Amino acid sequence: MALVQNFPFISIILSLAAGPVSSVLGAKKAKWLNLLVITVIGAMSAAVLAFVVGTGESYVYTMGHFPAPWGNEIRVGVLEALMALFFCVVMLLCMLGGSRERFLELEESKENLYYVLVNLLLSSLLALIYTNDLFTAYVFVEINTISACGLIMIKQNGRTIEAATRYMIMSLLGSGLFLLGICFLYDLTGHLLMSNIQEQVRAIKAAGTYHLPLLVCVCLMSVGLAIKSALYPFHAWLPDAYGYSTLSSAAILSSLVSKGYVFLLIKIFFRVIGFGIIDDSKVIDVLFAFGIAGMIMGSVDAIREDDVRRMIAYSSVAQIGYIYVGLGLGTTTGVIASLYHILSHAATKALLFVAVSGLTDASGDSTDFFDLTGAGYRNRLAGVAFTVGSFSMVGIPLFAGFISKYLFARAAIWSDSKMLVTLVALAVSTILNAVYFMKTVIRIYTPEHPAVLKKKKFRAVTVSDQPAKSAAMVCFIILNLILGLSSEPIVHLLERGMNMFA
Amino acid sequence: MSRKISEEQYRKTRSYRLARWLDGTKDPYVGEVEMRPQPVPKEENWRQRELRRKEKRDMLTHVYDIERNRELKAFRIAYQAVSVAFCLFLVLMLLIAVSYLPTIGHPENPANNEVSARYIENGLQETGSVNIVTGMILDYRAFDTLGESHVLFIATCTVLILLRLDGKKGRNARDVRVEDDSAHEPENDAVLQLVARILVPPIIIFGIYVILGGHLGPGGGFSGGAIIGAGLILFVNAFGFEKTERFFRASTYKKLSVTALGCYSLSKCYSFYTGANHIESVIPLGTPGAILSSGLILILNICVGIVVAGTMYTFYAMFRKGGY
Repeated sequence: MALVQNFPFISIILSLAAGPVSSVLGAKKAKWLNLLVITVIGAMSAAVLAFVVGTGESYVYTMGHFPAPWGNEIRVGVLEALMALFFCVVMLLCMLGGSRERFLELEESKENLYYVLVNLLLSSLLALIYTNDLFTAYVFVEINTISACGLIMIKQNGRTIEAATRYMIMSLLGSGLFLLGICFLYDLTGHLLMSNIQEQVRAIKAAGTYHLPLLVCVCLMSVGLAIKSALYPFHAWLPDAYGYSTLSSAAILSSLVSKGYVFLLIKIFFRVIGFGIIDDSKVIDVLFAFGIAGMIMGSVDAIREDDVRRMIAYSSVAQIGYIYVGLGLGTTTGVIASLYHILSHAATKALLFVAVSGLTDASGDSTDFFDLTGAGYRNRLAGVAFTVGSFSMVGIPLFAGFISKYLFARAAIWSDSKMLVTLVALAVSTILNAVYFMKTVIRIYTPEHPAVLKKKKFRAVTVSDQPAKSAAMVCFIILNLILGLSSEPIVHLLERGMNMFA
Repeated sequence: MSRKISEEQYRKTRSYRLARWLDGTKDPYVGEVEMRPQPVPKEENWRQRELRRKEKRDMLTHVYDIERNRELKAFRIAYQAVSVAFCLFLVLMLLIAVSYLPTIGHPENPANNEVSARYIENGLQETGSVNIVTGMILDYRAFDTLGESHVLFIATCTVLILLRLDGKKGRNARDVRVEDDSAHEPENDAVLQLVARILVPPIIIFGIYVILGGHLGPGGGFSGGAIIGAGLILFVNAFGFEKTERFFRASTYKKLSVTALGCYSLSKCYSFYTGANHIESVIPLGTPGAILSSGLILILNICVGIVVAGTMYTFYAMFRKGGY
């Protein structure tokens, strides 16, 4: 076995071990360790991606001396490696962009615990991406939930504590339903390994027994993960959690944590149950309907919001809706559109959060919409970054969001019954997106009267004031342009990954 | 041979004290045990009481303006009705679905397949552990358990974030004043201290036994660690934090848990790496049934035990006084 093939396992263990180690380090050392770990894991994921693309087939890595149905295993293909690489890049930039806020908002004596949480969160995301075992997935979902909760409440004020409580309750409900689903599935198939479950499920389907429990189990797992990834009617925890937590937490939660669950759900659909059975069960039609509702209602809520960070948070509800619509179309092209949207939304939403914090820094730390008047002149880079992010979200060509909308539209054409609904919802949602994002862009480029500026004591922020945040914004803009301009190879990689995936 | 003793000497004997205790003229605990009455709540006169009750009653009306806010009233009723209906629906659905599942204990069930067959038939030879469950969680499916022990660790971290009081030092320190509630409890409770003195050593020894015997019989790191944690909590209740801080402080916990988790990760790293690359493991399985057997399982059990015990004690200390 080539050395590169060990990298996925090493990256999981490395980030897992970095958690306890940073709990005994000081804040500064823990921060550097965290950045180092993320970088190393990103490099290793890139190597794995190159290796898997080269060999052209996925491989299975046994965790221990015992082969598949008895021991644990992880499975690595193009899709998994690509996701791992991308998640590492986004997480690194989020941590970089939010370092000033962490310094200002966290208690000094507890700052190292933040890095414990981030390291363990990264390891759980990697494990969710790579695992080929349903119960391992559940264990790492637990780590993911608890660390996300900690990330929300570590900036301690009433708002974040309430948000964390809400997140905890909703997320535990989701975990509980997911666990019930796994129990049902184990009882029906006698396996926890994904590939074996699929064999057994096929046998059950062929024999025609256990129709109802299988349906219930698919429902439980879908709803559980939908709650955790904030699909529309289950999104009540989202705006507070993203709106009030510290910057890097909000960026990581919105761009990575919810996407990890969506990826797990895609894995369950394709590798555990089999997409044919899911398609027959009408569960995806429900997810499709929720997704459409989310696309519209998330944007409507965002329009009504006066707090910019909460507005961006509500926009996440709409974007998660897009992802579920792609899943709900029931075709592989739809799923590829969803996967692309996972990438483009992760890159764009994190950029928006960082850019907004740059703008609020130049507006006396107020997140109120009207205080941002002219903020684009006071912090020029953040203004440009916010404009790029908004264009991407609305779906202007050249930027990442356009490609994913194009892919959604292309996928919708292949579906007979859902084409019209999807296209109309896409159009309506694009207009609604434009309403609130363009409104904000216009607001930040409307010059404010100098007297008002003087009275409110707003001061300009230059690049040299916030080097880390500026670097993160520039990198995010580049990432967006890469996703928007050279989407062809990435879509091609996703297609190859999907072929290997099932 | 019997001899007469004086009245004074008789008063010192146990039988005299027993006799007095029996006829109720003496309470042996008076003067011996510290008995502090619970503080009497502050007296409030009827006017204050009425005001408090009225405020409580009117709070909802004032905050939400229930009487005029028809929309909210309707929403509350609908909310409660829908949540009850939803719970009933969920319960009903799950019950119906469960009734369709395979019968419990039937030999033809899907769960009775080659997986459990190999665990039961070859578990002893392959893992060296007499307790098949331990062999399963710490050798066959060790990756899950590795994740599980980190769940405990991260849970402690979040509790530390929420509850640890670091005082007014450092940047952004919160100045939280908490009322010291230990004043409400007796400082030196003789009964508790006597019981703790008798019970704590056996509890901790039993916990160690359960951890060390995890591969030989029922037990293991999780249960043994919980027992040791319970023993520590009993000890701290009886003797106070000053006594425990002589040997168990926050820094001790940190060092222990990092060592244990690091040890766990390293040893599992070794077995995952050798397993996946088809390298023969050099760790001998030993004679099944001996205490030093079953390869890495014993070490892993000790690591898990340390983490669990530390987690339990830390939770208690955090909830009790926000630090130790």
